[in-house]
Amino acid sequence: MAAAVETETETAGSGRTRSLLPYLLLAPGLIWLLVFFFVPMLTLFQTSLQEGSLQTGYTLTWRVANYTEALREFSSQYLRSFAYAGIATVAALLLGYPLAYFIAFRAGRYKNLFLLLVVMPLLVSFLVRTLAWKIILADQGVIVSALKTIGLLPQYGRVLATSSAVIAGLTYNYLPYMILPLYASLEKVDPRLVEAAQDLYAHPFTAFRKVTLPLSMPGVVAGTLLMFIPAAGDFVHAQFLGTPSQYMIGNVIESRFLVILDYPTAAALSFVLMLTILVLVLVYLRRVDVEEVL
Amino acid sequence: MSAAVGDAPEVTAEDVRLIDLTKRFGGDVLAVDHLDLHIPAGSFFALLGPSGCGKTTTLRMIGGLEVPTSGRVFLGDEELTDRKPYRRPVNTVFQNYALFPHLNLTDNVAFGRRRKGEKGSDLDAEVQRMLELVQLGPMGDRRPSALSGGQQQRVALARALINHPKVLLLDEPLGALDLKLRKQMQLELKRIQTDVGITFVHVTHDQEEAMTMADTIAVMRAGRVEQLGSPVELYERPRTEFVANFLGQSNLLEGTVTGHDGDQALVEVHGVKVRAPAEDVPDAGPVRIGVRPEKIRLVPAGTSEERGERNELDAVITDSSFIGVSTQFQVRTSWDQELTVFAQNRVPSDELRGGAPVRLRWSPEQSFALVGSEH
Repeated sequence: MAAAVETETETAGSGRTRSLLPYLLLAPGLIWLLVFFFVPMLTLFQTSLQEGSLQTGYTLTWRVANYTEALREFSSQYLRSFAYAGIATVAALLLGYPLAYFIAFRAGRYKNLFLLLVVMPLLVSFLVRTLAWKIILADQGVIVSALKTIGLLPQYGRVLATSSAVIAGLTYNYLPYMILPLYASLEKVDPRLVEAAQDLYAHPFTAFRKVTLPLSMPGVVAGTLLMFIPAAGDFVHAQFLGTPSQYMIGNVIESRFLVILDYPTAAALSFVLMLTILVLVLVYLRRVDVEEVL
Repeated sequence: MSAAVGDAPEVTAEDVRLIDLTKRFGGDVLAVDHLDLHIPAGSFFALLGPSGCGKTTTLRMIGGLEVPTSGRVFLGDEELTDRKPYRRPVNTVFQNYALFPHLNLTDNVAFGRRRKGEKGSDLDAEVQRMLELVQLGPMGDRRPSALSGGQQQRVALARALINHPKVLLLDEPLGALDLKLRKQMQLELKRIQTDVGITFVHVTHDQEEAMTMADTIAVMRAGRVEQLGSPVELYERPRTEFVANFLGQSNLLEGTVTGHDGDQALVEVHGVKVRAPAEDVPDAGPVRIGVRPEKIRLVPAGTSEERGERNELDAVITDSSFIGVSTQFQVRTSWDQELTVFAQNRVPSDELRGGAPVRLRWSPEQSFALVGSEH
C-alpha cells in the first residue's frame, strides 16, 4: 500500500517535470526577446512621445504631434522607401525564380555548387559589397561606358547617384534571401506531379502555372517578406549609391538618431515604419491566403 | 486457326502496338530491348516482371513520359511515337498516385477535362458521378492529404477515367496499399475495367496481382518479353525457367529425353522414368521437367495404387510446416535434390513426418517440359 502511494507521487512528479519542459525550452528565447527586443521597444515608444532639445534634455510629455510632424515632413522618403523596396523585391523575384527553378530541377549533381555560389556573396561584408557597386557603376566604369556605347545612356548620363543604382543595389544585396526560400519550396515540388499534369493534357507551361507555381507559393511569400522588410528599412544603398534625393526613410532615421540627435522624431519615424510594414505584410498575407498555399 | 499463324494479327482501331521499341538511358543502360507487343483493345493487359526489367519504362513510352531511343508506338493506325504526353488519348494512374496536394478532390478529378477547355455544371456533375463511382461522393471538397491510401488510389483512378482515355496505364497502382486493401482493390479494378471496357495496361511485379486481374500477361525480363499468354497458360505451361519460377513455385527435375509415346515424351530423370507433355520436346537430349508443388500427391512409401499412368518418385521428408489450408513439405530425392510439395489438410496424417520415406505422385499432363538452357 505504501509502495503504491510512493509510486503515485513519483509519477505525479515526473508528470509535472514533463509539463514544465516546454516552458523550460522556451525560456532562453523568451528572456532574450524580453530583454533585447521588448524592453528597447518600450523605451523607443516612450522616446517617441518625448519633447525637448539636446541642451535642455528630453522629457516624456506624450507629445503625439511628433508622429504627425514626422509623417508630414518625411512622407516622400516613406513613399520612396516602399517604392524602392517593392521594385527591388519584384526584380529579385523575377531574377531569382528562374534561377531557383533551374537549381531545383535542372542542376543535377551541381545543385550544391550553385547554392554555394548563391550564398557566396554573403561571405563578404555587406558594406564592402555595396562599395564595390560604387566602383562597378562609376561614371568611368565598364557598365556606364558599355551602356553609352550601345546608346542606352546619353553622353553625359550617369548610373551612380540615381534611383536605378539604389534599386539595383538593393536587388543585388538581398537576392540570396529571395532565392533560398524559393529554392527550398521548389525543391519540395514532386516532379511526378508535373508529369501527372502533362499526362492530364496540360501543356508544360500550363503544368507550371497550375501545379509548380501554386506549390512554390510558400517560397514566394517567404522570399518576398525576407527581402521586402529589411529593404524598406535600408539606408546603406541610398547613402552609397544615391544622393539625398534618393534618400529612404532609413537615412532620415539614421541622421536624426546619430547626427541631429533628435531622438523623439527618430523614434516616431521608426515606429511609423514598423507599423506600416506590419500592415503591408498583413494585407499581403491575407491576399495570398497562406492557409490555401501551405 | 493455323492459317493465321505468321500473319500480322488483325488490328482494330484502338489496339496498342509497340514495334521494335528500344530505350537506352545514358547511352549504355538498355532498359527496353527491341520490344514488340500487341495489346488488343479492351483487354486487361499486365506487364509483369522484377524491378529493372523495363516494364515501367515501356509503360512510360506508351504514355509519352519517356521518348523511345528507337522503335514506334501505335494506337490503332495512329502513330504516337513522338507525340507529347498532353496530346495522347492515354491517361496514367501513377505509382504514388501523384494527386495534386493543393487541389481538392473535385479539382483533382476535373483537372484533365478543364485542360480541354470544359467547365460549368455539366463537368461538375460528371466529376460528382466519377467520385461516386469510386465511392468518394461526399468528399469532393477534401484535400488528398485528408484521405487514406486506398481512397487516394481511387481518386487517382477517377482522375484518369473521367477523361475517357482510349488506354489507361496503371503503374504499380496497388503497391502502396496493405495486403487486405490490395486484394479488395484488385477485384474493384477488374470490375471497373469490365464496366468501362477500355484497355488497361497494368505494370506490376506482383505475380498474384497480375494473375488475379489481367486477361493477358507479358512476363518481362531484361527489357524483353519472356513469355506472353493468359494467366493459366503461363502458370500451367511456362516455357522458361524464369517464368516457371516467377509465377508461383516450381520443382525442376533434370532429365534426358528417351522417346515419345503419343502426345507424351518419355524422360529419364536420374534413373527414374517419367512422362511429360510432348509439346516442343525433341526426340533426344536434355530436358527439365517442371512440377508445381500443389500438383504432387504425397503418399507413404510402399503404398501401391494402380490408377492411370502416373509419374512416381521416391523421396524422404526433411521438413514440414503447417500453414492452415495446407502443409508445405520439403522432401529430398535419392539424388539429394530438395523438392517442395503442398498438401491440402483434408485428412491429417501422422505418417507424413520428418524422416519418413514417401512416394511422390503426379500426372504427366500436370507437369511441363523446359527445353534449352536457361542462360
